[in-house]
Amino acid sequence: MTQRTRFIALTAAALAVPAILSGCAASSGASSDENQLSVVGFSVLKTANEPVISAFQKTPAGKGVAFTTSYGASGDQSRAVAGGLHADEVHLSLTPDVQSLVDAGIVDESWDQNATHGILTDSEVVFLVRKGNPLGISGWDDLVKPGVKVITPNPASSGSAKWNILAAWAHAKDAPGGTDATARDFVTRLLDNAVALPGSGSDALASFLAGNGDVLLAYENDSIEARAAGDDVDYVVPSDTLLIENPAAVTTDASSKAQDFLDFQLSKAGQTLYAKAGFRPVISGVHTDVPGANDPSNPFPAVAHQYTIDQDFGGWDTANTRFFDDKTGIITQIISGLKIGG
Amino acid sequence: MSTAVLGQGTRPVGRGRPGVRWTLTGGAGLGLGIALSWFSLLVLIPIAAIVATAGDEGWHGYVDTLTNPQTWAAIKLTVGQSLLVTGINVVMGTGIAWVLVRDRFRGRRLLDLVIDIPFAMPTVVAGLVLLSLYGPKSPIGVNVSNTRTSVTLALAFVTLPFIVRTVQPVLAELDADVEEAAASLGARRVTTLRRIVLPAIAPAIAAGAALSFARAISEYGSLVLISGSLPYRTEAVSVRVLTFVEGGDRTSAAALATVMLAVALIVIVALDLLQRRVARRG
Amino acid sequence: MVELPVPARWAVRLAAVAYVFLLVGWPVITLAQRAFADGFAGFHAAMSDPDVTHALLVTVEISLWAVVINTVFGVGMALLLVRYEFPGRRVLSALVDLPMSMSPVVIGLALMLVYSGRYGWFGPTLEAHGLVVIFNSPGMVMATCFVALPLVVREVVPVLEEVGDDQEQAARSLGANAVQTLRRITLPAIKWAVVYGVVLSLARSLGEFGALKIVSGNLTGRTQTAPLVVEQKYDNFAQNEAYAVAFVLVAISVLCILVVSLLRPQEESTS
Repeated sequence: MTQRTRFIALTAAALAVPAILSGCAASSGASSDENQLSVVGFSVLKTANEPVISAFQKTPAGKGVAFTTSYGASGDQSRAVAGGLHADEVHLSLTPDVQSLVDAGIVDESWDQNATHGILTDSEVVFLVRKGNPLGISGWDDLVKPGVKVITPNPASSGSAKWNILAAWAHAKDAPGGTDATARDFVTRLLDNAVALPGSGSDALASFLAGNGDVLLAYENDSIEARAAGDDVDYVVPSDTLLIENPAAVTTDASSKAQDFLDFQLSKAGQTLYAKAGFRPVISGVHTDVPGANDPSNPFPAVAHQYTIDQDFGGWDTANTRFFDDKTGIITQIISGLKIGG
Repeated sequence: MSTAVLGQGTRPVGRGRPGVRWTLTGGAGLGLGIALSWFSLLVLIPIAAIVATAGDEGWHGYVDTLTNPQTWAAIKLTVGQSLLVTGINVVMGTGIAWVLVRDRFRGRRLLDLVIDIPFAMPTVVAGLVLLSLYGPKSPIGVNVSNTRTSVTLALAFVTLPFIVRTVQPVLAELDADVEEAAASLGARRVTTLRRIVLPAIAPAIAAGAALSFARAISEYGSLVLISGSLPYRTEAVSVRVLTFVEGGDRTSAAALATVMLAVALIVIVALDLLQRRVARRG
Repeated sequence: MVELPVPARWAVRLAAVAYVFLLVGWPVITLAQRAFADGFAGFHAAMSDPDVTHALLVTVEISLWAVVINTVFGVGMALLLVRYEFPGRRVLSALVDLPMSMSPVVIGLALMLVYSGRYGWFGPTLEAHGLVVIFNSPGMVMATCFVALPLVVREVVPVLEEVGDDQEQAARSLGANAVQTLRRITLPAIKWAVVYGVVLSLARSLGEFGALKIVSGNLTGRTQTAPLVVEQKYDNFAQNEAYAVAFVLVAISVLCILVVSLLRPQEESTS
């Protein structure tokens, strides 16, 4: 075979492949089929949703329903749906990401008027530490001690990182003699101890697992999953921390099966499956063993002093403007005034 | 080198100039039209959309974005590191291309195989692997994570192939005759390298350098993990853009993006002018 | 042909090999170790996941389309820029490199601003006529073309300039028309530059992550590409599977270069 013939054969083969493959790869696009559900969720839901979807498909309501799924960072997903990604149901990390879809007319205003105020799964802000907790971290005050190396995702580039910072603020504000000024000081000292401010929660976890820092501000469900996967870490649930609430909503032009699915997710069966993935149930009466939890048979110890966005911060709208506004947000100002590591 | 039909052996090296340029006739004109249409739909119009969005608040938006100290620090870091890495690449890239084309040793082919890998590796994986090798758990005890050096490292990784691959085909195409003629006329090796080989590969180096710089200022994935994205220290422009987008501030994101486009254009044009001067000296 | 003195030759060799090893070689070895951390059984399990196989197919298909388009555009553009004169030629030449200077977030934003079905400049009109760009294959091919656009052009332009146009002029004066000149003189002369450009483009297209994340919608089993499935696996605590898929991507690219290097005649460094 001459070189030229070889060349032509190679090129022809290369061009034939897309022709053959174009049969295989399907394309997306809006679907108005009643039995087709498109679920858009935040990243770690991929593993959690698989058993929930199969279980739903075994129920009478879910028989014959086919699912399309997309998982990614909550903010990215919210923007994608706002940009035209077809979704029958969205399940995101924090309420503002659903609110922006309400503003875009994709989700109805009444989305949060159900028994759980629109929330589908819960978690807590916890501290992920090295196995055995060598530094003996037990509470928020331990994080601001000199020499303690903290990692937290940057709340400016990761919407879901806001939970961490607000939890710290709530702790300082709630302490005896706590005021806005002392809270501000506390958060500043916390961020001063940061050795990295990665762009997302999973980047922060990756950085921590690679050996950076002594403690990571993380979510309980991620921590449980990390331990279940065999990573060399432990987690500490402080006695006072912020409740993480993940909202879910059905879109305005969703198929009717979407509401059935959401109902299933909120049912005992669904919530038990989410509990096994590390999420705290939003209904009562759910008891199950959770592999990876500090105590698998008592996976979700009650938090003595529970902060919530609604009670301690007046809701997300207020919190977002007050703390995270581009120019005047308290946290934005703290971060832009920091000289970290310098 | 494989020769074309009429035989290529008599072309002098380092002309640099393509000779007479043709004016556009029917076929070429049509070709240009098609190419431009595709280029517009793919690149020009989307870039116009960015610039238009940036202009939503007029000059005010640009000034605000640039004068934000955190953003300005990110720009300085990104541009500075990109220039540094491009400089490293000019030296190392040319050296590697030289070794690949003009040297023979066992394992040379293996070297050739490995060069393009930084392109094929998704940046998320590159970041993870670099972090594990040059981070706190480094097997050789080298920990550059969360420092500026990590930025250099990540950028050097993703831009490695550029200059190597642009210089390689040109070096391979060079005619041995001219260099031999120079040697037979008594020129020292250094002189031959400087006055014959270098002008011939200057355009290729410049082309690779422009690509290397452009890629470096836009890098996100591999950078963000190992650098720790610390404001004022290791936060890159791409992270600032994401921050603006995440905060719903498309105007500032677009303004910053436009500024970086302008920076890239300046460097590309500068490199183009530079290589013309070097090529002309041949 | 200039031959470096022996010590210099060894120094350059050592520097090149050490640099590439520390920067790329060792990371790749690490990647391979992790990909096979659960043994061949683990690797096979990762590859049998239907999400993974589909993602690889999508990646290969999108990449091949992008490479073909970029090659045609690249060669054509290189010829136009080097051999022809027209107003704005220098400007166009500078603009061709621009796509590479845009971070993936910006590329995604730019394409959304124009082609989004909800708020884009052209998107709603296109979708009304049945052409869905974003969250669909066309948008993904476009995003991939975007990131690899200058590669073929920049490979070919220096070689075209170096080769000069003597032969082309000679051919024309002997009566060959443009197509014949192109086919029998120009293209063979730039063959290896095009090949390198294609291989680079392919590698870049296979590895594209950031812009596709935004433009594809990351629909599992549909528009999710291999790099996206890598991230998803990692985020869902299946790290070794993530590395396995990444390893496959790297292996495909290495295979292409291997094929190229085997095709090249062994005539380098004539002395």
